[in-house]
Amino acid sequence: MAELVSSADIIARRRYLESTGRRRFVRFWADFVRRRPLGTAGAVLIVVMIVAAALAGVIAPYDPVKINFADLLEPPSPEHLLGTDPFGRDVFSRLVFGARTALLVGFASSVVGCSVGLVIGVVSAYFGGRVDTLIQRLMDVLLSFPLIVIAIAVVAALGTGEDKIGNVIAAITVPIIPRVARVVRASALGIVNMPYIEATRAVGSGGIRIMFRHVAPNVFAPYLIMLTAFLGQAILLEASLSFLGLGVFEPTPSWGLMLRGAGMQFLERAPWLAVAPGVAISLAVFGFNLFGDSLRDALDPRLRTG
Amino acid sequence: MRRYVIGRLLLMIPTLIGVAVLTFVIMRAVPGDIVALQYAGSAVPQSVIDEQRHLLGLDKPMWNQFTDWMGQIAHGDLGQSLWTGHSVVDEIEIRLPLSLELAVIATLLAVVIALPLGVVAAVKQDTWVDYAIRVFSIGGLSLPSFWIGLLMVLFTITVFNWAPPLVFTPITEDPVANLAGLILPAIAIGYRYSAVSMRMTRSTVLEVLREDYVRTARAKGVRESVVVMRHALRNALLPVVTVISLEFAFLIGGLVVTEQVFNLNGIGKLLVDAVAHRDYTLIQSLVLLLAAVFVIVNFAVDMIYVVLDPRIRYA
Repeated sequence: MAELVSSADIIARRRYLESTGRRRFVRFWADFVRRRPLGTAGAVLIVVMIVAAALAGVIAPYDPVKINFADLLEPPSPEHLLGTDPFGRDVFSRLVFGARTALLVGFASSVVGCSVGLVIGVVSAYFGGRVDTLIQRLMDVLLSFPLIVIAIAVVAALGTGEDKIGNVIAAITVPIIPRVARVVRASALGIVNMPYIEATRAVGSGGIRIMFRHVAPNVFAPYLIMLTAFLGQAILLEASLSFLGLGVFEPTPSWGLMLRGAGMQFLERAPWLAVAPGVAISLAVFGFNLFGDSLRDALDPRLRTG
Repeated sequence: MRRYVIGRLLLMIPTLIGVAVLTFVIMRAVPGDIVALQYAGSAVPQSVIDEQRHLLGLDKPMWNQFTDWMGQIAHGDLGQSLWTGHSVVDEIEIRLPLSLELAVIATLLAVVIALPLGVVAAVKQDTWVDYAIRVFSIGGLSLPSFWIGLLMVLFTITVFNWAPPLVFTPITEDPVANLAGLILPAIAIGYRYSAVSMRMTRSTVLEVLREDYVRTARAKGVRESVVVMRHALRNALLPVVTVISLEFAFLIGGLVVTEQVFNLNGIGKLLVDAVAHRDYTLIQSLVLLLAAVFVIVNFAVDMIYVVLDPRIRYA
């Protein structure tokens, strides 16, 4: 069985290498869907979430922030699919709009964090020597704090408030940077000494061109893998911060926030308040993790991003 | 070897100084200090506020405050909490047993779950067993541990009519009450952290199983269980040990959210409260302490390598 799988791997790889451009893209994903059921399930979850966020206004039956004192703490029913919270707001509608918050924070912080990390990692590997040592020590310092502690410090420094979702994004971005920078540097180190880099330099390319035209594209696989991995982590972190009261503020619908107030307080009386947002967070992060895992297997099986 | 050890120990100093500087600067960059928070909303004359600042030494230039603090630390004195007035050592001493015990139990649980499952998933690669274990482990990475905590409390209340005790009992006083308070949070955290080590175990065992010496062992007729346990697992252990140890270091100070859910008075809560109060001395000492734990664990891991793998020698 093991031999069969690996020869299928080789054939798929050769077919992939022989194709080019758009064909190659389609072939890669067709292969992905066929051979990685878990990753495909993750991709489906992600698509569902993106559709929910994009069409939130159409899907949600009620206004997510409208307070309705006539229906406080209603249990799930045909009118209110997942019940209502202590302000009479429809839980299902808040859940659907919460997908927007989660995706916004998740995408913004992981794209920015991974991109900054990519630049730092490539620069560190390209220059080497003292620059490398200095950057790596700095990253070590950042890495010796637990992720959530850095996030809390950044939130405290920038302040929290109703319209300060940008600060939450920044707080999640900062701890992602050193983690990406380290992995990218490790991959880039293997590339900067390759003969083709020397050839590029011989024909007169400058440092910036070499770094971003010739090195960066070759560390794209770890970059993409970490991007999906940290998307899940960022969503989880946003939920944790909001749960602690350091993230998104009322009345913005956020899954972590929904767990914080009412979810804790009315745990016994209204368990649906604690169950629904938790399931939403878990499924979203689960989707990104499943997808990221399979993507790693497909792109670069030897890479260990933890 | 000895030179290497001394060199590594010396290298800890610049890292810790970096942490100290960074914490110091970040905390002063946060708007509002402790005096402003203490008198927030009350009509206290500026002179009182200024005097209070003077008393705490907050009116000195930042550079002096930093050298004062460093001088104190060099004398082994972590100072007093600005908020409570108790010594920082006392504040930490009250909470450390809880955080340490929780970290130990959670790590043990994580190892007990992760090692066997990781090995089985690798041996049964690409079968339904592997898929089930991977879904279970990705679940651990995806379910927020504070939410699992909430659900477990809800479950034990409704089914067993039992809720974890609200007050922490030290293990020396009453081991049963002590465990009753810590078991649910330990499960919630242990499940999450088992996921990371499980994935690491799986991928390293997979790698080792493709090595030539494993084929040789099989070829000479060694039983499969011995091949897996002695040849594969032993050689796959190094990265797993690294992951587990670093997680342990993080667990001591990083359980901010879980402590909140279970109402535990641990190091994570102390840190968050200290940040909220702008309690500079407490934050600085605490962060420095956590960073020191992390750096020392990191060092210990490198030393464990030598024991686990005699091929590794540091020159």
